Amino acid sequence: MWDYTGKVLDHFRNPRNVGEVESPDGIGEVGSLACGDALKLTFKLDKNGRLADVKFKTFGCASAIASSSALTELVKGMTLDEAAQVTNKDIADYLGGLPEQKMHCSVMGREALEAAIARYRTGKTGKKILEGKVICVCFGVTGEEILRVARDNNLTTVEQVTNYTKAGGGCGHCKPDIEAILARVEQERRKAAASRPAPQKMTVLQKIKLIKETIDREIRPLLQKDGGDLELIDVAGDRVVVSFRGMCAGCQVAQFTMKDVVEAKLREFVSSDLVVEEEKQ
Amino acid sequence: MRTVYLDNNATTQVAPEVTDAMLPFFRDLWGNPSSMHYFGGQVARHVEAAREQVAALLGADPSEIVFTSCGTESDNAAIRGAAEAAGRNVRIITSRVEHPAVLGPCRHLKEQGCDVVEIGVDADGQLNLEELRKALGAGPAVVSLMWANNETGVIFPMETIARMAKEAGGILHTDAVQAVGKIPIDLRGISVDMLSLSGHKLHAPKGIGALFIRRKTKVLPWMLGGHQERGRRAGTENVPYIVGLGRACELAAANIQEKITRVAALRDKLEAGILAACPDTRVNGDRKNRLPNTTNVSFQYIEGEAILYHLSDIGVAASSGSACTSGSLEPSRVIRAMGVPFTAAHGSIRFSLSRYNTEEEIAFVIEHMPAIVNRLRALSPFVK
Repeated sequence: MWDYTGKVLDHFRNPRNVGEVESPDGIGEVGSLACGDALKLTFKLDKNGRLADVKFKTFGCASAIASSSALTELVKGMTLDEAAQVTNKDIADYLGGLPEQKMHCSVMGREALEAAIARYRTGKTGKKILEGKVICVCFGVTGEEILRVARDNNLTTVEQVTNYTKAGGGCGHCKPDIEAILARVEQERRKAAASRPAPQKMTVLQKIKLIKETIDREIRPLLQKDGGDLELIDVAGDRVVVSFRGMCAGCQVAQFTMKDVVEAKLREFVSSDLVVEEEKQ
Repeated sequence: MRTVYLDNNATTQVAPEVTDAMLPFFRDLWGNPSSMHYFGGQVARHVEAAREQVAALLGADPSEIVFTSCGTESDNAAIRGAAEAAGRNVRIITSRVEHPAVLGPCRHLKEQGCDVVEIGVDADGQLNLEELRKALGAGPAVVSLMWANNETGVIFPMETIARMAKEAGGILHTDAVQAVGKIPIDLRGISVDMLSLSGHKLHAPKGIGALFIRRKTKVLPWMLGGHQERGRRAGTENVPYIVGLGRACELAAANIQEKITRVAALRDKLEAGILAACPDTRVNGDRKNRLPNTTNVSFQYIEGEAILYHLSDIGVAASSGSACTSGSLEPSRVIRAMGVPFTAAHGSIRFSLSRYNTEEEIAFVIEHMPAIVNRLRALSPFVK
């Protein structure tokens, strides 16, 4: 069974806004029977240009149905400009998250919304508008779409791209092309990071204070959820010495927690040069 | 909420008789069958009794039975062991609808440089014998073809396959995990060289399986470091589970008539009931040559995972060949290999029964199926 949130199951069991709006202002259709999921979204605007009525029909799994239902709830009452800003992440967040392999369901929702808005604005086809070259022939995914989803969701691996867009999930021949797109996104990210003003050199006291704050705010609440805790013992240059407490002390996986949580968070919020060690008994 | 368990090709309930047979080997008879003292040594004859029970179900000699940990181990050991014994560059012939436990080792051998041929199936899921004949004609090969398909229940003509393989001088392994205990098998009349079976598909627990290796078949041992199982699979025997598998095989032999009569009748009733109550449904697979407990039904225009979740909400356990249930993006290989149209491929549901199912349970599913299907079809953009 999938680890669906209660909200996903609720929207699957009791989908909101099912059907088709009569004489709709916008219609968006994405997916197909061959792809395994498809969504038809219709909406009507009120006199203020807000989405007064939004309905969906979906062929797909529990999370596809839940994502469609969530989308309609999410955008109701929005202006088209507001709705155009909705990302697949907003849909997933609304549902309290989706399993990674099911993220493409949230992307399908955003695509249908986009197609419906485009149709209203241009009067053109309500089918998904393909921008740019098709990269994944099996599922008809374009480079533009992959680029957009990779940027919106901070994706770094081909597997993630497949989970989010289906691209690469068929014959797999397009995987090198997806790699190339990911490399481009990564380059953009690096450029953006480089153009950010260089962090001011911290004094030792500032650094210790920031480390302490990060531990209290970002790390300890995570550990406490599992009955563990962490204490800052010493800071010497870029060496941070900590000690596990509670359930974490002597825990078999604590060494992973050390690298993947403690060090990762401190590097993210304080300095990428930090090395974290456990206090030697 | 009561459970209506119709997923017996995934795993089965452990028969109470099997549990009873196993318990003494946890509590009292926990010695090592290889020991020189009576306390351990007395256990060995229970292992050998179980070997006889398994052999009897298959029409084999007890010396031809090797206990393993599961069907997957049996498949791996047979295919890799036979390929390695045959030397480098041996050809492998298998089918497009095999279980991953067979496809996995075959693809591994392909990476090692072996020529691997995958035989196709027709729209009914039946093996293309002409393709097989051609593949066999190309030289000696290790052949691995399933006896019955896990998703559709389609039974391959194993007697014909065995004859063809024998004439071509090939070594034949069959993954019979779904067939053993559901249809009569007599290896005295069918020249299969190796056969895999799994305990938990026939009311023994998970974690025990067996591999039949016909005498004089060349297979390399796959677990080294002990004399157990005639040196083929070293390691102290999993005595309680071996005893359980033996008892389960004995029960299966006694109940096989019930399977092909009462269980088949229940399955037919379920199938007919669903087809009558739900329009736009179809049965996938050869209905004439099929396991008595399995039906694979496609509900057009709706998706399998969604159907399973609704079934699960009313306590019914089944499974699906839809893409979404596996976490992959394409529907099951078996369904695709049969060329089932896309309108139906994503909405395939497998119901697999056991002798523990009742008339009442089947009636319950038939009664509730239309509401589930209608509910999802009301959501589907492909239903007007």
